[in-house]
Amino acid sequence: MTTSVHDRIKNDVTADNIVLYMKGDPMFPQCGFSATVIEILNYFNVDYTTYNVLSDESLRNGIKEFSDWPTIPQLYVKGEFVGGCDIIREMAANGELIAHFESVGIEPKG
Amino acid sequence: MALDAPEIKQMILEILPDAQIQIQDMRGDGSQFAASVISKEFIGKNRVQQHQMVYKALKGKIGAELHALSLQTSAPE
Repeated sequence: MTTSVHDRIKNDVTADNIVLYMKGDPMFPQCGFSATVIEILNYFNVDYTTYNVLSDESLRNGIKEFSDWPTIPQLYVKGEFVGGCDIIREMAANGELIAHFESVGIEPKG
Repeated sequence: MALDAPEIKQMILEILPDAQIQIQDMRGDGSQFAASVISKEFIGKNRVQQHQMVYKALKGKIGAELHALSLQTSAPE
């Protein structure tokens, strides 16, 4: 069972450029840390896809095993785990996040 | 059972004995902590790996007894 969740995650994180696993959805984040990452992504005006771990218990546990990371939110860029709220906030503040987006060819929405 | 700041610090020090740790109980009720950890062990590791080392030190307590820990890690200057 766990294997199929991991397969699904692997598939999902590579299907879109920016993927966020969060609590709630972009309109109604159910946790302050998830809300912070949404604010950052909106600020940089990039397209992203979200998955709500609160609506799927197997996903909630599976994503933590997949990345060996105990907390939500989790941000993936081009299939690679970039970080949770603290790391994304730090990278947004020091310019690393936008540089990372640019380095993999992700541009703000036109 | 909630953890307090000295317990969290002790657990991190067991894995990273050289670490300089500053830890703050953000609400004063043990529900949310912020920690800054500086250790030589972080040299050559990216931020994800550095945070993973601290999470390992806390042995699965994050998300359980320890609801929220805001983390900042770095190698010494």
